[in-house]
Amino acid sequence: MKLPDIDLYLIAPEIIITVFGFLVLLVDVFAPKGEKKGYLGVLSLLGVAIAFFYTLPLVGTGKTGFVEMFAADGFAIFFKITILIIAFLTLLISIGYAPREGIGFGEYYALILFATFGMMLMAAGTHLIIIFLGLETMSISIYVLAGMLRGDQKSVESAFKYFLLGAFATGFLLYGIAFLYGATGSLYLKNIASYIGSKNLLNHPMLLMSLAFLTIGFGFKIASVPFHMWTPDVYEGAPTSVTAFMATGVKAAGFSALLRVFFTALPAFQPDWTSIMWLIAVATMTFGNIIAISQNNIKRMLAYSSIAHAGYILVAFVAGNKLGTSGILFYLMAYAFMNLGAFTCVILLGKKGEENTLITDYAGLGFKYPLLAASMTVFLLSMAGIPPLGGFMAKFYVFSAAVEAKFYWLAVLGMINSAISVYYYLRVTVLMYFREPEREITGLSFSPAPTLALILALIGTFYLGIFPSNVLSFAQKSIAGLM
Amino acid sequence: MLDYVWLIPLFPAIGFLINGLLGRRLGKGVVSVVGPAAIGLSFLTSILIFFELIGKPASERHFEKVIFDWVVSGSFQTVIGYQIDPLSILMALVVTGVSFFIHIYSVGYMHDDPGYTRYFTYLNLFVFMMLNLVLANNFLLMFVGWEGVGLCSYLLIGFWYEKDSAANAGKKAFVVNRVGDFGFILGMFLIFVNLGTLDFTDAFAKAGQLDTATVTAITLLLFVGACGKSAQIPLYVWLPDAMEGPTPVSSLIHAATMVTAGVYMVARCSVLYNMAPIAMAVVAIVGVATAIFTASIGFCQYDLKKILAYSTISQLGYMFLAVGVGAYSAGIFHLMTHAFFKGLLFLGAGSVMHALSGELDIRKMGALRSKIPITFGTFFIATLAIAGIPGLSGFFSKDEILWMAFSSPRGHFLLWMVAAIAAGMTAFYMFRALFMTFFGESRVDHHVAHHIHESPKIMTVPLMVLAFLSIVGGYVGVPHVLGGANHIHEFLAPVVGGGPEPGKAHAGFSILAQAWAAGGAQGGHSTALELFLMVLSVLIALTGIGIAYFLYLKNPILPKRLAEQYSGLYRLVANKYYVDELYQVLFVNSLKKLGMGLWKGFDEFIIDGTVNGIAYFIGWLSSLMRRMQTGFVQNYAVSMIVGGVILALYYIMRAFF
Repeated sequence: MKLPDIDLYLIAPEIIITVFGFLVLLVDVFAPKGEKKGYLGVLSLLGVAIAFFYTLPLVGTGKTGFVEMFAADGFAIFFKITILIIAFLTLLISIGYAPREGIGFGEYYALILFATFGMMLMAAGTHLIIIFLGLETMSISIYVLAGMLRGDQKSVESAFKYFLLGAFATGFLLYGIAFLYGATGSLYLKNIASYIGSKNLLNHPMLLMSLAFLTIGFGFKIASVPFHMWTPDVYEGAPTSVTAFMATGVKAAGFSALLRVFFTALPAFQPDWTSIMWLIAVATMTFGNIIAISQNNIKRMLAYSSIAHAGYILVAFVAGNKLGTSGILFYLMAYAFMNLGAFTCVILLGKKGEENTLITDYAGLGFKYPLLAASMTVFLLSMAGIPPLGGFMAKFYVFSAAVEAKFYWLAVLGMINSAISVYYYLRVTVLMYFREPEREITGLSFSPAPTLALILALIGTFYLGIFPSNVLSFAQKSIAGLM
Repeated sequence: MLDYVWLIPLFPAIGFLINGLLGRRLGKGVVSVVGPAAIGLSFLTSILIFFELIGKPASERHFEKVIFDWVVSGSFQTVIGYQIDPLSILMALVVTGVSFFIHIYSVGYMHDDPGYTRYFTYLNLFVFMMLNLVLANNFLLMFVGWEGVGLCSYLLIGFWYEKDSAANAGKKAFVVNRVGDFGFILGMFLIFVNLGTLDFTDAFAKAGQLDTATVTAITLLLFVGACGKSAQIPLYVWLPDAMEGPTPVSSLIHAATMVTAGVYMVARCSVLYNMAPIAMAVVAIVGVATAIFTASIGFCQYDLKKILAYSTISQLGYMFLAVGVGAYSAGIFHLMTHAFFKGLLFLGAGSVMHALSGELDIRKMGALRSKIPITFGTFFIATLAIAGIPGLSGFFSKDEILWMAFSSPRGHFLLWMVAAIAAGMTAFYMFRALFMTFFGESRVDHHVAHHIHESPKIMTVPLMVLAFLSIVGGYVGVPHVLGGANHIHEFLAPVVGGGPEPGKAHAGFSILAQAWAAGGAQGGHSTALELFLMVLSVLIALTGIGIAYFLYLKNPILPKRLAEQYSGLYRLVANKYYVDELYQVLFVNSLKKLGMGLWKGFDEFIIDGTVNGIAYFIGWLSSLMRRMQTGFVQNYAVSMIVGGVILALYYIMRAFF
């Protein structure tokens, strides 16, 4: 028996994240009880930073390893970079948020690292089992994270709800994987594609069912209509730092797996999935945006807004061209910065025992906390797609792709949606600058870690808007092996 | 000097940063210097560049300066770069020049406002964005400016946010503008997809590759954008509300500069528009319809600034009429003179407000001419200019538009007629405002009456400068028929073409029934005809003034009686044809209802309904587990299953049928 080649260097980032996850748990166990454990967060940050620097040298190598089950190609690396940035910012805001809300357990940081590991695996897997492993590692960690506010009913409820529905979605996904295996006899994405091509299995019922089931499974993770119902409840109930992590990280990882599986394994079915995804994209954008208008809670509003953003990204998925796919990569990175930034503002506006998540709490913020309000405005405007911010370039790219692929109506509907979205993003801005505060919010503390996250998110949002070329061309190179 | 074109937008940017970041600490004195000085330097640079440009032969008056590569990624390349040519430098001169005087005026006007620093910060940012818009050498950067000025406009309309009406007006402006922007973006996409570039020079050079349908789609979409920004039918509704902002803002943004961006954009894309006769016809018709429609609304308004707002929309309609019939330089010419006299009218209105402690209702004015003589004098000059009285700037530019509307191959007798009638209406409502404000008997409230005072020098000097420009500004475009040289026409010709040759058949209008052309301009037009039409339009304007004189000075009771007699019509016009209400019902309410409905349906009914229902029967502790098992999670799951079934059915159907 010959053992497969093992190139640990390829999975160095994953190993580092895992090791640091366990390290955090260990340190937590041996640390004296009752003391503040801010250093656990710092330790996790260190882990993410090291993993980041071990990821960078992999750029452009395009290697695969572990019997071709694991790829360190451009696509995986781009997503890993995005995911590590998300993890880094999430940890930064957690260092301020977790102690404040009484989440004093080391597991919190460890679970974020484990979830990050899962996400990275999803982006790198070229074998369905690897992807599934990554997805489950991520999901289970997130289920627990969502319920971290143990004293808060809403948090517990959201965790439970997410778990139930997540398990349900996972079931579908597994069925989809099983059907794929049944029809083609392989779990390797490439082999599936070549088998389908050589045997001309376009009408194979098992494959068609698997297509539907995979759509459900991934659709759940990226929160697309009609698999989005959990989103507002879970986002509202989960600790805000976890919500931010879910809205950006889980979505990015979900899209990475969706792209990889559909474009690598099932390109033959592109004409079939295109029209259904067209419908899902339109429904997702429209539904998310219209309901977001009538929200009173900022976390809920951002939840619906995140649904809408999944819709915009799906527009590029439908376009199915190179411009669109690299646009998705760019979009997810821009979205990570602006959305994490917005959530950071939400967190900074709260204090112990007083989350201040009603939209009316933002009234008059522009005068009390001008820099916080200005930052929030930048993030909201970016999400609304106003130049020269990252969100604008992202949307520009995504909609150009749709126009290039001649999906004119899709682009028009996308833009109408984008115009609608301005309304609710602007509502918050109007409140901040054009209204007197309804009640006094005082004594906010701007601890260094979340403030740093805010600054980084601002830099990212502006950078991607004003100097998008670097990231854009990087994204275009990254998708070379994919399609 | 041309290499330093980036200085033009840089100065306002620096002003913005200084005022925005340090303004509060530096104090009012510094802000009042930094704000106007930034624009002044920018104005000075524009003048120097202008003179360098006209020193060159006409064919070499084009210069591009790339600042840095913005988006370079495979097939998609765009730079941050500025372009100097006759059109952009003229716009830069108008923008920086008028802005400079309005900034100075603002120092006096806003002096006691608590938001003084904020005001100048926004204003400098606005000028920066506006200069990006007019100097950009590609669509994307132009769009950045386009959005940027929209944002500043919104911030400044809502400047006095304590007033609900101001905050709402800001929001309305922004949202309506987004409808227009969406057309602009789509047009931009189509250009990029079809030509592979967003650079003006490249795109216009390659424009020949486009087929008529595509170029028509592009130009119409861009025009939707122009309709939003330049307040044309059907997107004009935001501009009257925008008067909630400080008056110098109305003058700068909502009269002189930003709202003309649409006209500039169409002129900039003249190459594309020339290829799309249908789009041109749409532009001209929308323009002329807006001109007459909003002029009629001006009849029954009593708010001085609202009258000026509707007048602005109407005048913008003229500019679109001009560019729509292919007379781009005439459109830009009117844009320039309008910037002078309309900017002046607004500043004059501000000065009246200043004198009357903020009063805007012309029914509570009257007989002000001797009390605030400088304001009156300058306002009077501007009114003469806008009414098209010979010798003032407005006469030359408006008359050129009227003549072009008649004589251009894309023009038509009807376009001329409607525009000429609208010109008479303009003269009427402007003189109505003038008479009611400055003449007749004083109807000023008693407690206001005894401290009426002329504005300080810092406000009256800009008034006088603009009045001067309103008189002489037209002499750069004296038509040949009056023995002039029409310099501006020649100056702009390398960018927008020489303009339509009078005397060709109405090819462009064939779509609108060739029959119309019978009444129009067939065959050669004689000088006599041009002069005749000129005299006619002056007579129409004089008639308008005469009626205003008769109704509002001779028989001031008559208008009221007329209003009573034709109360239905009066109410219709006074309520602005109920367009706002219509939009409210059609778009705003229905969208809100849809949102509420969906939210109620999905969230409230299913989620909250279940939560509350179960919580009512069982205690809140146990309800947690209960409602998860029996309540809405199932609903969520059902939604997923339904979705899944639809997906599966679809794929199966697709494969077998």
